[in-house]
Amino acid sequence: MTAQMTAPPETPAKPRRELVASVLQRQGAAIALVVVVAVAWLAFPRFGSPDNLRDLALQSSFLAVIALGMTFVIITGGIDLSVGSLYALGGVLAAYGSQWGFLAALLLPLLVCGAIGLVNGLLVARTGMAPFIVTLASLLFARGLLLAITDEGSTTYQIAPGSAFLELGRGTVFGFGYPVFIAAALCLLGGLVLRRTRFGQSVFATGGAEQSALLMGVPVARTKIAVYTLSGVLSGFAGALTASYLQSGVTVIGVGTELDAISVVVIGGTLLTGGAGTVLGTVMGVGLRNVIQNIINQIGTLDSNYQSVVSGAFLLVVVVLQRSLVRRR
Amino acid sequence: MTIALDRARTTRWLQEYGVYAAVVALLLFNIAFTANFLSVGNFRTQLVQAAPVCIVALGMALVIGTEGVDLSVGATMALAASLIPLYLGAGPAPAIAMALLAGLLAGTFNGFLVAYLGIQPIVATLALLVGGRGLALVIANGQLVQLHDPAFLALGTEDVLGVPVGVLVAGVLAVLVALLVGRTTFGRALVAVGGNRAAGVLAGLPVRRVLLGVYALCGVLAAVAGVLSTARLSASDPADIGLLMELSAITAVVVGGTPLTGGRVRILGTVMGVVLMQLVRATLIKHNLPDSTAQMVQAAIIVVAVYVARERSSR
Repeated sequence: MTAQMTAPPETPAKPRRELVASVLQRQGAAIALVVVVAVAWLAFPRFGSPDNLRDLALQSSFLAVIALGMTFVIITGGIDLSVGSLYALGGVLAAYGSQWGFLAALLLPLLVCGAIGLVNGLLVARTGMAPFIVTLASLLFARGLLLAITDEGSTTYQIAPGSAFLELGRGTVFGFGYPVFIAAALCLLGGLVLRRTRFGQSVFATGGAEQSALLMGVPVARTKIAVYTLSGVLSGFAGALTASYLQSGVTVIGVGTELDAISVVVIGGTLLTGGAGTVLGTVMGVGLRNVIQNIINQIGTLDSNYQSVVSGAFLLVVVVLQRSLVRRR
Repeated sequence: MTIALDRARTTRWLQEYGVYAAVVALLLFNIAFTANFLSVGNFRTQLVQAAPVCIVALGMALVIGTEGVDLSVGATMALAASLIPLYLGAGPAPAIAMALLAGLLAGTFNGFLVAYLGIQPIVATLALLVGGRGLALVIANGQLVQLHDPAFLALGTEDVLGVPVGVLVAGVLAVLVALLVGRTTFGRALVAVGGNRAAGVLAGLPVRRVLLGVYALCGVLAAVAGVLSTARLSASDPADIGLLMELSAITAVVVGGTPLTGGRVRILGTVMGVVLMQLVRATLIKHNLPDSTAQMVQAAIIVVAVYVARERSSR
């Protein structure tokens, strides 16, 4: 089953409808992205300007890093609601740690958020508790920890001007910020790990059919622990990047980010039931979300609240299409 | 052997009565150590604060009983709140009716996605969570609207027989929902669908209609909570009302001993779950522990509650 889902055999006898379904499933977000970008390019002269494209890429990079981890978790059939809190916590910890230099600013969020992710993974894998509820608890816990560090949210740690850590988020190459390249490299690496390594195969097998995977000797528990830890580390890292870019650990970010991340992963064609999905699709999902947001901003007269209406409607359309096109187990 | 048996028995007991024991323990602790705890004013405040969560949690308990979840309850509250100022000119009754209708539509929409299109509850309701609040803000032009209709505001300030209206509504709804689950065919069907959907289909139960009804009811209850919260706030605030309500409601249901795997609904447990979480928060605040600690304690309680409840899945 899993093998079929990950690498569908391209037999000519395959019915056309199924082929269309599979293309739409896997490339739907990419096709929609191309259409939306083309429309935006033609309709709004400012859309194609280098400045706008740079902003777009930069804004997308933070969410892409978080959604990358979420992709792994969702392919194992799980879900991680704690990423938004961990994202905010990572930013605060990075700003807090920056007083001791670059390494502290980078490692503190990775270690703490990774540790919380590890606990998520241990609880999910070893006790059989539902991922939904475990990560809901750590959503609350991470927010609480963040408030505890920041005197109940009243202190915003600044990153000292001239700190080497600021380069990470604010440095540019060809006008594009470092986070864009970092996110691209991470997604490329993530995609390769998912498709080309034994660990990646374990991730698919765990989500595809957990019982069979266990019987085949796939280290299901270890795989789950690994993906939740990865998701925690990546969320913390995205927070660190954001803090570096904003020059401070903003305490109020990340509320609802877990829903953004889940939406873009689903829009990117990853099935919430697990066992199928791609990193490329997730990246397309991130792009699509932010291009639509950009268009709404360009129109200007439109209430910015339409953004979430459009996102919700879009998510719905994608899920309904997925449901009607793809035959599920 | 006997130790293992005792352990199983302890777990069983905790699953059944853990939430009641915790509430009693916290009450005793507060009576002994918290100044001014045993005052009518304090109980009023606690109950008034807990009422909206309780109403939402009732609907959530039903949805979770069908092995589903409704993430959109907070957004539904915002939708209900955003409609009230638009129709309040015609009087409180039409305004409330429109708000409840919005809840009914939102819930029916969720139910349709889950029951007839077969979309997972978590995604189906996620779409409305993302879009619903945005829609509410669009309706309200992103503004907080102060309300001045005295009849409507009375819902948030008046007492009936010495009990605040919101608390009374929550109590009555809890009894009604408990009767619905325990005494009606619909309630039986709901539990059966949650326990084993395939068996429900084979037994000839109207599985889809039951699911549709459960989500619709959850939407209406969320709208009721939205109306009451709006009245208490004396303003329609779609940006803030019911924010993270889905999490509070799910927490209360789970802490109250309703398993996430469906097939069982505990209404009294859910109400006690709401009371427990409210008491925990109040206790921490009264002892000057900050919000950060409160959230971390809440997280720990969720984990412990689900850990204890988990062995029930072997039923």
